[in-house]
Amino acid sequence: MNLNALWEYANPKKFIQTTDRVLPWVSGLAVVALVVGLVWGFFFTPEDYRQGSTVKIIYLHVPSALMAINIWLMMLVTSLIWIVRRHHVSALAARAAAPIGAVMTVIALITGAIWGQPMWGTWWAWDPRLTSFLILFLFYVGYMALWEAIENDDTAADLTSILCLVGSVFALLSRYAVNFWNQGLHQGASLSLDKEENVADVFYHPLLVCIAGFVLLFIALVLLRTRTEIRARRMRALLARERMG
Amino acid sequence: MSALLLRDLRLAVRAGGGFGLGLAFFLIVVVLVPFGVGPAQDLLQVIAPGVLWIGALLACLLSLDRIFALDWEDGSLDLLVTAPLPMEAVVSIKALAHWLSTGLPLVLASPLFGLLLNLPVEGYKPLVLSLLLGTPALSVIGTFGAALTVGLKRGGLLLSLLVLPLYVPTLIFGAEMARRGAEGLSTGTPLLLLAGITCGTIALLPFASAAVLRVNLR
Amino acid sequence: MMPELGKYAGAVLSSYAVSIGLLVLLVAVSVWRARRVKRQLKDVESKAKRHG
Repeated sequence: MNLNALWEYANPKKFIQTTDRVLPWVSGLAVVALVVGLVWGFFFTPEDYRQGSTVKIIYLHVPSALMAINIWLMMLVTSLIWIVRRHHVSALAARAAAPIGAVMTVIALITGAIWGQPMWGTWWAWDPRLTSFLILFLFYVGYMALWEAIENDDTAADLTSILCLVGSVFALLSRYAVNFWNQGLHQGASLSLDKEENVADVFYHPLLVCIAGFVLLFIALVLLRTRTEIRARRMRALLARERMG
Repeated sequence: MSALLLRDLRLAVRAGGGFGLGLAFFLIVVVLVPFGVGPAQDLLQVIAPGVLWIGALLACLLSLDRIFALDWEDGSLDLLVTAPLPMEAVVSIKALAHWLSTGLPLVLASPLFGLLLNLPVEGYKPLVLSLLLGTPALSVIGTFGAALTVGLKRGGLLLSLLVLPLYVPTLIFGAEMARRGAEGLSTGTPLLLLAGITCGTIALLPFASAAVLRVNLR
Repeated sequence: MMPELGKYAGAVLSSYAVSIGLLVLLVAVSVWRARRVKRQLKDVESKAKRHG
């Protein structure tokens, strides 16, 4: 496949045409994967011998936490594409993704708090992972607020892209700073290539399905929301032209 | 270059926004904390480094929107774009002027405020040193935030929302260094990390601030 | 049908309820806004065509 052909989808019209066909499939798959994963996890997995039934929270906690970080990375990539190649769809996709990322961060934090209460005996601890997620949430909020505050679309896209770049560096710095500041209660990574560290297989397989479900849901939502942003942008342009004369 | 710096400093002094306001705000924060947590000397002694750092950070934040606002209103910012000086130099000088008019007075006044909060004797040197190393980063990061929000009408609140998360690493290492100093521990590691962050932001962030300012003045 | 959740039932059920609620809300808001913007754009476009 010619890689250059990929840039064709940066054309807003082409993007809407293509997603028209793709979107129903992605949304359908997302629903199937989420229902299968969550039902499997909730009804058909055993209890953990130490954590009891709270282990079932993992099917929400781990996928949402994964998405919270990866959505920021996706925004970083699309921001870079906007800065380098100035494709509007790219900037609008970053804008469309931010609220999804914020919601994922909130889900990860809330399920974490609910899980932490019986396990650690506290809703909230100033543990490095928890703290960095809270900071990540602040970054999402600031990013969205900047988009909302600026009227000119291109200016807003430029400024938020640069904020995303600078914010990524500082988010990474904060992650290490927070680690230095307090060694925490949170366990290490639940999923790694190192098989020794992994959760047991009974929990692992439904978890993978849930992660796939969250990823698909994100793709469906980001396509839908990007389409909305493209249309909203076109509408603003038309209205502006009308006012001019 | 020095003309711009001198002009900014003169403006800061005359408008009363620099030296006076930041210091007064710092003093108020330090006075309010004992009202909030109670007058117990041993408690104040424990939280003193953190309170002083937070106070300095907030005092810094308070004056950020003035960095570009005045120049934006009277149009001299547009003149600066066409001036032979590169934008990166302009924002660096702006940050330096902000630090000289806000950060430096805070650093110099901090031992006095430490006295109010019953900071232990061995804590003064690390506190002043950590603020001296950390406040330049606060000014540079703040200049970036101010450049982002320069054209906005109600940019003040947004500015805080954007800048405060960026302050996290500086605050963590700075306050950690001051705290370790006050407890008589070694301060080497946080000192190096704090210095590293400050040097990194001074070296790199002006490019981002300049890019942002160019977009805003388009 | 309901699995035995033991003493942690509250924790597990509330985390599922909150998460699913938030996801549904996010989807609902996205779909609702998508429909509204699509309709508005159609209005504006047809108006623009008539005028111009």
